[in-house]
Amino acid sequence: MPGYWPHTGDDVEAMLAFLGLGSLDDLFAAVPDSLRLAAPLDLAAGVPEPDAAAHIDDLAAANRPVGRELVCFAGGGAYDHYLPPVTAALAGRSEFVTSYTPYQAEVAQGVLQAVFEFQTLLAHLAGVEIANASLYDGAAAVVEAVNLAVGVTGREDVWLSRGVNPSWRQVLGTLATGPGHRLVDVPLAGGLTRWPDAGGSPPPAALVVGYPNYLGCIEDLAAARAACDETGALLVVAFDPIAAGVLRSPGSWGADVVVGEGQALGLPLAFGGPYLGLFACRAAHVRRLPGRLVGQTVDADGRRAYVTTLRTREQDIRRERATSNVCTNQTLMAVTAAIQLGWLGPGGLAEVAMRCAQGTRYCRDAMLALDGVEPLADAPVVREFAVRLPADAATVVDRLADDGFLAGIALGPEYAGNGDGLLVAVTEKRTLREIDALVAAVDKAVR
Amino acid sequence: MSGSQVSGSQVSGSPHGSGDPGRAPVGRDEPGTGATSARSAPPAVEGAPGGRASSAPLLGGDTEPTLFELSRPGRRAWQLPTTGVPALAIEDLVPASYRRDAPPPLAEVSERDLVAHFTRLSHRQFSVDLGAYPLGSCTMKYNPKVCDAVAALPGLAAVHPAAPARLVQGWLALLVELEEALCAVTGMAAATLQPAAGAAGELTGLLMMRAWHQAQGRQRRTVVIPDSAHGTNPASVTLGGYDTVTVPTDPSGGVDLAALRRVLDEDVAGIMLTNPNTLGLFERDIEAVAGAVHDVGGLLYYDGANLNAIMGVVRPGDMGFDIVHLNLHKTFATPHGGGGPGAGPLAVTAALAPFLPGPRPVRTAGGPGDAPGGIRDPGSARYGWEQPERSIGRVHSWHGNALVLARALTYTLVHGADGLRQVAQLAVLNANWLRARLAGVFDVPFDRPCMHECVVSAAGLRREHGLRASDVAKALLDEGFHAPTVSFPLIVDDALMFEPTETESVQTLEALAQACERVVAEAATPGGPERIGNAPARTPVRRVDEARAARHLIPVADSVSGRPSPPTG
Repeated sequence: MPGYWPHTGDDVEAMLAFLGLGSLDDLFAAVPDSLRLAAPLDLAAGVPEPDAAAHIDDLAAANRPVGRELVCFAGGGAYDHYLPPVTAALAGRSEFVTSYTPYQAEVAQGVLQAVFEFQTLLAHLAGVEIANASLYDGAAAVVEAVNLAVGVTGREDVWLSRGVNPSWRQVLGTLATGPGHRLVDVPLAGGLTRWPDAGGSPPPAALVVGYPNYLGCIEDLAAARAACDETGALLVVAFDPIAAGVLRSPGSWGADVVVGEGQALGLPLAFGGPYLGLFACRAAHVRRLPGRLVGQTVDADGRRAYVTTLRTREQDIRRERATSNVCTNQTLMAVTAAIQLGWLGPGGLAEVAMRCAQGTRYCRDAMLALDGVEPLADAPVVREFAVRLPADAATVVDRLADDGFLAGIALGPEYAGNGDGLLVAVTEKRTLREIDALVAAVDKAVR
Repeated sequence: MSGSQVSGSQVSGSPHGSGDPGRAPVGRDEPGTGATSARSAPPAVEGAPGGRASSAPLLGGDTEPTLFELSRPGRRAWQLPTTGVPALAIEDLVPASYRRDAPPPLAEVSERDLVAHFTRLSHRQFSVDLGAYPLGSCTMKYNPKVCDAVAALPGLAAVHPAAPARLVQGWLALLVELEEALCAVTGMAAATLQPAAGAAGELTGLLMMRAWHQAQGRQRRTVVIPDSAHGTNPASVTLGGYDTVTVPTDPSGGVDLAALRRVLDEDVAGIMLTNPNTLGLFERDIEAVAGAVHDVGGLLYYDGANLNAIMGVVRPGDMGFDIVHLNLHKTFATPHGGGGPGAGPLAVTAALAPFLPGPRPVRTAGGPGDAPGGIRDPGSARYGWEQPERSIGRVHSWHGNALVLARALTYTLVHGADGLRQVAQLAVLNANWLRARLAGVFDVPFDRPCMHECVVSAAGLRREHGLRASDVAKALLDEGFHAPTVSFPLIVDDALMFEPTETESVQTLEALAQACERVVAEAATPGGPERIGNAPARTPVRRVDEARAARHLIPVADSVSGRPSPPTG
């Protein structure tokens, strides 16, 4: 039988003898007979690992990965960036991959320092003082930000821009039912959030806005900050860490909490996970920071060392009084992002953002030059844009897969009522030839 | 049944007896006698001990500069593809008011420096690949390398999560296959793979519990949790909109049934249990617990942190549980990545299936066939997405930690029904062997056979030498082992919780036990307690000042000079 245990038959016999037991079944004497399985689990028998790998390979072959055969123009929170081999090589080191949460700091300085560097890089990018060690994904980061704001303000209402990724809003909608937050849906006009008048409803705990938003538009954070100042709400900005290479930081606009999806920082598309929830905020909120935080300290010899800190915030100590239940996070993804940001540096991140903006501009202009293609929003964009097609967008996306393109994401009815909205992302990987070919294929498909 | 149990007296009949067979079970209020009982020779275990990070010097002892200290203006590692896209200037692309005035303040390093830095950091990190990691409740078993290989397949790793279903048939088949396997292991009817970690699974389960009660037209306010529970349980209960009611542990280490019956009423939405519990003990009264909770209309939630103990032996569904989460990064060996990613799928009974998060991957046509090897053949089936009728909604941005799920399916295929059962058997064998072997070294509260982990108490060392469990843990680091979990569960004084897992050899367990013996013996020598209190000495850094980290908080480095930024908060 295949397996990864070292026990020989003699080992098992000797160990049982040491315990005074006759068989392995005797180990389970505490399990009532009535509950014990009489038959094997309803699973196939184990197979050698080459067979298992071959089966997974068969499944993989039934997918259409992005690449030469399917050039990726889809984004929506998951982007096809260049992945340098060095990032995967370093992040794949088994010391990082096969360790647990750094509970014993003396033998976990590697992960702790890497996470400390990640926190530093993220805080700098976000333009606020502190960042945590990661959350599950962009959606989880928004949820935790809202929970923090509700805790800080003692209010129940949350003004949620429709420009925030719709999946994240759905997750927030699901998880808000527990604590009982009231989510106020704030629609877009011309691609930008139009905040309600402060007087018309109970003051909110937070305004949550995308930067850029789901349609790729650069939101007016000065207006959002002003609305927060008027209402006493916290400003929660869901930012894009790549666009941050050219955009002013959310912190510089007065964001209280900065969240986001970190997939673009060196992680593969991976069918949606594991990704990286980014969470950074003002130092004033550190006692309410969800999840783990690594701090710098010294060891007994006075040498610099790192350790998870302010642990009394966390669920294992505060239990039912904890403000977050997160335990396992996405540490390996945070380490990956630190490596990727180290590889990019300030110049590389700015250059990637620039090239995304250049490709996005070129592609958007070319698409809008097509007969019947209209802009869905007029506001400036950086790395993604939305258009109205003279056809059903889902049908176009489906058809273009046969031409070798993942043309984008068909927008839901809240963005484009009759299903003609297409969201297109252009990364630094897309060549002029690929963009021209996509536009020609769209032209053919909508005619 | 009790006649066939491994009792204390049977264990004491072994070569390494723990003393008087007639001695009373040891509860938390009654310090154990194990540490003071007569010591006898350990069992003869021949062969070289493995699982010890005896190459301590390799764990670099020099302070590693931060990335920011390595930074020099103008250095770079990045290279980007040539695209031919017109290179418009930033002024033509982004309105001035939104533009950064300077590049983001990141480090500037060469690729060579980057590689050296993170490689040296990796040398300052203990891992399963390096040595034994008996961290209780964490199931740090060996992570098969084949799982790394499948997770890197472009056909999985380069798939966009928003691609239309017809382009991702392989992924959908994989998810459905894993859901079915997890249902088979747990005895449940349907599952969601969205939760990214155990705690996310817990909250998802509690929100389903809430939705189910509401659908029955009733409001419930409380969830019952034993005092031995993981901290995520009560935290999740709060975030699920419930109040926690705690029930005590009885002297034998199980839920105090009488106390439970007293708190059960029409306000109770359900109970959250780990079984085996965090003491590593099987709840023998689980059927009675299930009956009592169901009698008041409550649901049973199974925290799957300890599932490794029972796979293929008994299923949570058969014990009466309604909702089960699994920790794939524990039981199914997808690695833990230094703290994540994990995956916390949730499996439920048929009655709860309509409430599962959506969209769910489903088989829309055809059925699975059986390939010659017994593995399911996806050939004829078609797959799509479906929103469950009364779904609580999404709980993840996309479809869960997909590559973690692919690893878990691979692990399941290799092991199969027989292998998973063997995993549980050998994990329990290892834990009991270690427990019996340590019985003369430490106090053993709750003196009955354990499941996949064993909890001992270092309270004797505290009484006699002023040492705490955490001191023992640090001393074990010097011995080349990762420490056990310390000070948990909360109901045992100076708890040391060992979970050896099935992938460590008896030689490694013996070496670990001998290391424990050396620590205990050292404590009784002149100057010993002080040396142990100052341990570790052979690790990359010596004992870390945790209090100072919290008092003088330095959560980020200064990006320019590498000097710490001023304390914040």
